[in-house]
Amino acid sequence: MTSYLLDTLKNRFPEAVLETHAFRGDETAVVKKEALLEAAAFLKQELGFDMLMDLTAADYLPREPRFELVCHFYSTTHNYRLRLKCPVEAHDAAVDSLTPLWAGANWFEREVYDMFGIKFNGHPDLRRILMYDGFEGHPLRKDYPLKKRQPRMLHKD
Amino acid sequence: MTDKKTAEPGKAPDLEKLEDGRLVLNMGPSHPAMHGIVRLLLTVEGERVAGSDIEIGYLHRGFEKTCENVTYNQCVPYTDRLNYVSPFINNVGYALAVEKLMGVETTARCKYVRVIMSELSRLTDHLTCIGANAMELAAFTVYFYLINAREELYKLTDSVAGGRITPAYTRVGGLTRDLPADFKRDTAEVFKKVRKNISDADKLLTRNRIFYDRLHGTGHISKEDALALSFTGPALRSTGVPLDVRKATPYLVYDRFDFDIPVGSNGDNYDRYLVRLEEMKQSMRIVEQALAQLPDGPINHPGFDVSLPPKAEVYGNIEALMAHFKLTFEGVKPPKGEVYQAVEGGNGEVGFYIVSDGTGHPWRVRLRPPCFPLTGGLSKMIQGGYLADIISTFGQINMIGGELER
Repeated sequence: MTSYLLDTLKNRFPEAVLETHAFRGDETAVVKKEALLEAAAFLKQELGFDMLMDLTAADYLPREPRFELVCHFYSTTHNYRLRLKCPVEAHDAAVDSLTPLWAGANWFEREVYDMFGIKFNGHPDLRRILMYDGFEGHPLRKDYPLKKRQPRMLHKD
Repeated sequence: MTDKKTAEPGKAPDLEKLEDGRLVLNMGPSHPAMHGIVRLLLTVEGERVAGSDIEIGYLHRGFEKTCENVTYNQCVPYTDRLNYVSPFINNVGYALAVEKLMGVETTARCKYVRVIMSELSRLTDHLTCIGANAMELAAFTVYFYLINAREELYKLTDSVAGGRITPAYTRVGGLTRDLPADFKRDTAEVFKKVRKNISDADKLLTRNRIFYDRLHGTGHISKEDALALSFTGPALRSTGVPLDVRKATPYLVYDRFDFDIPVGSNGDNYDRYLVRLEEMKQSMRIVEQALAQLPDGPINHPGFDVSLPPKAEVYGNIEALMAHFKLTFEGVKPPKGEVYQAVEGGNGEVGFYIVSDGTGHPWRVRLRPPCFPLTGGLSKMIQGGYLADIISTFGQINMIGGELER
């Protein structure tokens, strides 16, 4: 499968692009997490991907690297989509934040932090978003039990 | 963005005077215009909003976690509860994502029915949004006009799917049931009423001095900011970006219909209102064209590994009996892989990202909720405006709790 977009990305970052595929037509590139910010900036500034449509993660326990950060980009000028993924290890679960490039990454990254415990370097306001302060664990991790109980909290007022 | 002095959730939440004379004001979560579940921590200078911190999470139900533990078809009722004023769009988006993952295509009739139900859902979504917004701005009559129209549409969709707001209508590879016999006639009658009510609301609102002043120029957002904040749907189109998934990357049979994408130019609440008003008319156009073109035929995919075999076959044919058992207990089994499927919801792009590990349970289901970025961008939209404008801005982003927090 050859694609102009994926080839351009591979030629520009020969070291960083680990894998590319286009399963069911969704063009996907897997990059090293150190190169994520640089690759995203290249997509935005040179290839016209002006929207960060979605940013999420997936937990592949027991595989190592355990997590995968998944970003979906969209270009309003070219009407094109691209998925960028990067593997994240459990022992060093931290990635560069995309907030300098897209302000909308702020809440998406807060949600990933809340649900998976992946930290974002350079995020302006990294706190939980759906869960409350004092919640223990990260619910979308595969080792978080479905029916886990949380400790009782004192009412703050 | 967040003012350091305001964002301390542990501190006294009510009214706190800061050193420089500004006040910290707590709006919601139990405030009628906050739709129940969003809390705004505002720093105000007199009547003006100097800073805000938006707190969500009061309606988180673990949709994504739940879906990882049930079969693909068992996820469908959960998708109803995402955007509960336009449930069919979520049903369709989810079914399309799983079908894309499996590499199957549904029958022509099924595609048309899905389009029709999606558009009826878009109507109910926009009717609720405009109606509730008008009510919050004291136009109570309009609320009843629009909610009555919505009620007619609910009765119509109820006759198709057997549920007003939680229909769970789609299945992987098809639908739960076909359209009822009188559907075309009923739709024509309902549309007559809906058109009349929308036109009445239009006459009452669009050139109404009070309504215009409350919406025009408030909640402004620029095109660049809207794109950077991942806005989609009417909120993005109000700034002049003609992005609509139905036109940009047509799914189902949207490329066979003639319809327009209204856009605004100012990026304010009034433009968002006008965009929604016009979209409702376009949705009715689509439904009428789809009903005229509606082909006959089966509604379910014929493959026994995709949709349940007909009951008569199950009782008379061992292959069908086995398929029925396997599909009920183990569910459909898409191959290993991942897909992202976007559909145009009432508020913008509803995207499903599904990862399969080859078993009957999804490994990961992610919903891209359109109002999540919108609510995230609310701080920017209310910054510098009047306190009272928050009501119209928050109403026009049409925050739906079920979808926002999943």
